Amino acid sequence: MNNSVQTTQASNGRVVLSSADIDRALTRIAHEILEANRGAEQLVLLGIPRRGFPLARRLAEKIASVEPKINPDDILGQLDVTMFRDDLSRQPTRAPQRTQLPTTGIDNRVVVLVDDVLYSGRTIRAALDALVDLGRPTIVRLAVLVDRGHRELPIRADYVGKNLPTSSSERVRVHLAETDDGAEQVIIEGPATAGESS
Amino acid sequence: MRHLLSTHDLARADALQILDTAEEMAAVTEREVKKLPALRGRTVVNLFFEDSTRTRISFEAAAKRLSADVINFAVKGSSVSKGESLKDTAQTLEAMSADAVVIRHGASGAPQQLANSGWIDAAVINAGDGTHEHPTQALLDAFTMRRHWAKVRGLNSIGSDLSGLRVAIAGDVLHSRVARSNVWLLKTLGASVTLVAPPTLLPLGVSSWPVAVSYDLDATLDTGVDAMMMLRVQGERMNAAFFPSEREYSRRWGFDDARLARLDSLGLKDTIVMHPGPMNRGLEISSAAADSARSTVLDQVRNGVAVRMAALYLLLSGNSSSAHGSATENFERSK
Repeated sequence: MNNSVQTTQASNGRVVLSSADIDRALTRIAHEILEANRGAEQLVLLGIPRRGFPLARRLAEKIASVEPKINPDDILGQLDVTMFRDDLSRQPTRAPQRTQLPTTGIDNRVVVLVDDVLYSGRTIRAALDALVDLGRPTIVRLAVLVDRGHRELPIRADYVGKNLPTSSSERVRVHLAETDDGAEQVIIEGPATAGESS
Repeated sequence: MRHLLSTHDLARADALQILDTAEEMAAVTEREVKKLPALRGRTVVNLFFEDSTRTRISFEAAAKRLSADVINFAVKGSSVSKGESLKDTAQTLEAMSADAVVIRHGASGAPQQLANSGWIDAAVINAGDGTHEHPTQALLDAFTMRRHWAKVRGLNSIGSDLSGLRVAIAGDVLHSRVARSNVWLLKTLGASVTLVAPPTLLPLGVSSWPVAVSYDLDATLDTGVDAMMMLRVQGERMNAAFFPSEREYSRRWGFDDARLARLDSLGLKDTIVMHPGPMNRGLEISSAAADSARSTVLDQVRNGVAVRMAALYLLLSGNSSSAHGSATENFERSK
């Protein structure tokens, strides 16, 4: 794919990352994680539902392909943050998802939280609270596919697929093969078309 | 869902949502830290006009595990015994900003009255009203059956229903709110239900219920049963002779050692034996049956906390004024 993809108009928004761009970004993040951690020792990747989990799985597989001693299932987990949100009483009821940790647990591990979009930072705040109830990692890092800015809390990502300056009236939609129909891509929708799909 | 008053009008999707949420709550109760902050700052009142151990403790544990504040209001020793009406009690709770009221009352329909009268804004959960309904008990029974049935069929219990499950409910159906709630919910979830009882302990109008009726427990077992639910003989509600003697009742409608052995001889290796408690051991269920590997009595108690956590969470967490369709959008805005 060439850069012309980035300016393609999707039917309901502007495509900013194609499937190949997403894959390249994840490959880079996997290598950055390995480099920062000096290997896959003590590493645990926890995806935040829904789209953070498939991204964490892909990262785990990429890490395993570089470090053949690693089994991706051994370092992969899912962390649900629904019950730890600070806006439960302001939003429609949301069903909690399963939290599943690797059999090794997270005590004394290097935990990398994985999510699709970093925006206000409130999901990550909830994730940090959820982690405290589950164990005590040595280090917690954050990997996101897209950082769109507009933080409301002092939280930043350690690994970013793409920094995407947006207006707060725009919406960023991540479509993944595991969770969504249609082409795998990241789209920015303008305020006029917000809420048309999903 | 605004209130949880009965299973009769509980939609299939709502019932499955409660059961699926309860699966996640059950996972939490297996953790070292069994507490979630979801209902922090919310107040749940357990308003019990009738004695109860299991249900009240279960609701209390559920509310506390979700970090809600719990007020236990037992009517004995309260101003209700001085003649205070349900309306006055409700308005007192309203003034104390209760967010949910879990009510058990001896009169059928009291929870509906509380929910629909406009006396109080709180969500109302029926924890057993007279001989009418006990929806959270039916939900925890369904949860227990669903886990078992999914295991038998090799499925994931999340999202699955009870289609194909054969349930027999035996005993004092007449006085049992548990049986009523179970009949409606099991029907909604696709199970087939047979009520087994002496004719004197079946309610008028049972012919219009979506169930088969039998007077013979052994004949029902012969046809094949996947879940055998025994009901408590409610001596305290019986003002007349409904059966000749306890001995005869036990012999004809009790789940005794012989019937436990009969399940094996019929080849029903996966059949479970359920009881909502408290049990009259030796009357409707024998000790051997209650303590056998088939018995789910303690699973039911354990699952009760998860199901009540799910009900409280679903009733109290959401903002009912927002359109459901905007949920994803709102959450994405707050990422």
